[in-house]
Amino acid sequence: MDSNNKILHNAIKYGFLCLLVGLVLFFSIFANGFAGPRSAVFIFQSVAITGVLALGVTCTLVVDGFDLSIGSVATSALMLSAYVLVVLEQSAFVAVVACVFMGACVGLINGLLIVKMRVPDLLATLGMMFLLVGLQRIPTEGRSIATGMRMPNGDVTEGIFPASFLWIGRHRFDFFLERLIPVPVIIFLVVALLVWIFLELTRHGRLMYAIGSNERAAALAGTNVNLYKILAYMISGVAASIGGILLAARLGRGDIASGNNLLLDSVAAALIGFAVLGAAKPNAFGTAIGALFVGILLQGLTMMNAPYYTQDFVKGGVLVVALMFTFALTSRIRKGGH
Amino acid sequence: MKEIACQIKGLEKAFGLNKVLRSIDLTLEQGSVTVLMGANGAGKSTLVKILCGVHEADKGFITLFGKHFSPKTPVEAFEKGVVTVHQAINDGVIPDLDVASNLMLDTLSNPKASFFISEKSIRAEARKVAVAMNINLNERAKVSSLGVADRQMIAIARAMARKPQVLILDEPTSSLSAKEAERLFELINHLRSTGVSILYISHRMSDIRAVADRIVTMRDGKISGIFEGPPLDYEGAVTAMLGQKMAEFSIDSPVKGELVLKLEDIRLSDSSPNINFSVHKNEVVVITGLLGSGKSKLASLLFGIEQPRAGKMYIKGNSYSPKSPQSAIRSGVHMSPKDRSTNAVITGFDIEKNLTLPYLHLYSQFSFLKKNILNKVTRNSVEMLGIVCQNISDDIETLSGGNQQKVVVGRWLSEPCELLVLDEPFQGVDIKARRDISKHIRNTAQNRATVVFVAELDEAIEIADRIFILNEQEIVGEHENKNINLALMLAQVSGQSVKYQEGKKT
Repeated sequence: MDSNNKILHNAIKYGFLCLLVGLVLFFSIFANGFAGPRSAVFIFQSVAITGVLALGVTCTLVVDGFDLSIGSVATSALMLSAYVLVVLEQSAFVAVVACVFMGACVGLINGLLIVKMRVPDLLATLGMMFLLVGLQRIPTEGRSIATGMRMPNGDVTEGIFPASFLWIGRHRFDFFLERLIPVPVIIFLVVALLVWIFLELTRHGRLMYAIGSNERAAALAGTNVNLYKILAYMISGVAASIGGILLAARLGRGDIASGNNLLLDSVAAALIGFAVLGAAKPNAFGTAIGALFVGILLQGLTMMNAPYYTQDFVKGGVLVVALMFTFALTSRIRKGGH
Repeated sequence: MKEIACQIKGLEKAFGLNKVLRSIDLTLEQGSVTVLMGANGAGKSTLVKILCGVHEADKGFITLFGKHFSPKTPVEAFEKGVVTVHQAINDGVIPDLDVASNLMLDTLSNPKASFFISEKSIRAEARKVAVAMNINLNERAKVSSLGVADRQMIAIARAMARKPQVLILDEPTSSLSAKEAERLFELINHLRSTGVSILYISHRMSDIRAVADRIVTMRDGKISGIFEGPPLDYEGAVTAMLGQKMAEFSIDSPVKGELVLKLEDIRLSDSSPNINFSVHKNEVVVITGLLGSGKSKLASLLFGIEQPRAGKMYIKGNSYSPKSPQSAIRSGVHMSPKDRSTNAVITGFDIEKNLTLPYLHLYSQFSFLKKNILNKVTRNSVEMLGIVCQNISDDIETLSGGNQQKVVVGRWLSEPCELLVLDEPFQGVDIKARRDISKHIRNTAQNRATVVFVAELDEAIEIADRIFILNEQEIVGEHENKNINLALMLAQVSGQSVKYQEGKKT
């Protein structure tokens, strides 16, 4: 490999991380109050929910699938937890279990539609997205859920969001500083670690990557392709429902209008992750970094008084640059490499 | 002497280091059918692709009626009169349009054609083409509702609408029944009488007998024989295609072990004859035959990819009817499939990940992969097979074809099994890699039964203890690999010999 190629190789491998470090340095110098533990934690918190969803999507991307329904699974979990707590007056534990179960079921149905009914992944999950967006509005006739509201049958809701449920979204652990690290950040990091371990260190992860690269070859090597595909969508559904629980616990009410941006943000994070360390494939570490990258950029720009309505534009820009990075540069090195 | 339509001189083409065509000389005459024969990888399709403007030649030149011809695009090629009907029929027709639109597709896609479509005039034009070609179809019928033969006819009719001077047909009968093929041959005879020069690519002896005026065989990128009739020397052509010089190999067949695989009255299609054979432990059985002889189908039956039409299989006396590759693997049957790029290589995976793929459950504990075992197994295979690489963490795509093939074959050799099936294990590899692979297969064969499917006879002789010859989905010959009667074997491969009778060894 000649020196030119080596430079290109390193640029691909470390370019995105360098950009990330550069960005942090830039904002630390020019944005007042950016550098500091509270600000750092705020960034983590801002990307925690998106990050959890993105990690789920990563698993479906690994098997060469795509899950468009994650945003609506998350908002359905938000509404379901509110319904269980406020209307059915159940405990926080029941609400969490119900949400995770719902996420797993949606994932299972997505998987079966794709594997058994041979519906293309984008279309199956698009259909599921519509179904869920509609379904979550039916029990309350399209209104948000809060304590003291009147239900369609005339009853007044009396349940509340118990403190134990709100703890998930609002509690902060002491860490050197008092009340520094919020629970969602811990959950995000734990999910990231688990997904990373699953994809990188277990044989199941390896087989899922094999399916994503060459489904036929994986099947001929004795892999149960259908099972792993369904599993990927179930992981995605569960991750999305965890994201929904975090959102519900932070908001403290079943807000019907929340979570509109979740789908695009988390897909973007997973795709930006392709560029991290020159992976050129979906990966858990990259997805987490991708989510953080967007969080840092938005936080820094906000602190430098960029107006809120420029945010989506910035995210789109980052995504396009990351994709160019991944596909143009990586294909060049593959061609020139040998 | 008929007028020469197309002349090719000194044509060469290489992809990277791989020389596919080495100085090809060929002439095509007007009003004559030249059959081009050649095994996989002989360079037929590359030659066709140069003629129809997909690839450009590195060296040499082509003339068409005396004029220089080097098409840059397929459109340029057919504008100059060289029209190709490719093997995949659906490349030639659009299933959702009706017959008339399909026949007139070139008119429709002509930028100078009018913006609006006149249904009536299109149909009238289409009818003219159809009549000229002797096609009797409802021009309003959707192509998707037609049979394969009719589609093939339409694809050819469309090609004819371009008024070709040279028509190239690439395995046109590969998906046709005998009756449908008859119609095609009539059409070819008709075209020949109108002075079209036809290059017909096929392996099927029955086709070749029906249409050929002349046979040209290719082998390893060179013309290995030209046969002019009449009468045509069919057997000589097959010999030239497969290569006369068989490598001298002395195989010391070891003592056979217990019975492992037994096939009882297996049928590959509803009307085909029964197939019976058995394979023992410590034995390498090769099944050989031309493309389309049913080899691939038999391999897929053994690995549960397809199910037989009739008959039974047994592994060590137990009934064996796998419904999927997974259940085949559970019964102890492992298979290395053919066509590595579609069926075996996982791109983006390194050598280690590719080599260890089928046995990950053995190399992990509580699902966690054990790095040191993966490493050891991989190093072992790399050494045994002589895989040339910098590092076992090199991406599979950085390897040469032969080394990639070693990886995907070696994948199945690192763990024991009852029956190992290898479908074309030497596909696209050089002679060195072929020796390495066959040596390793034979060295590891003691504790299993091995069945190898290959198309080339010299490959078969290099590895086999016993050779079965398949022709038209029927076993027509069985040979112990000792003092082989090559002439008889070639005759059986090309379907010329008297039918083989069971129990009577040839």
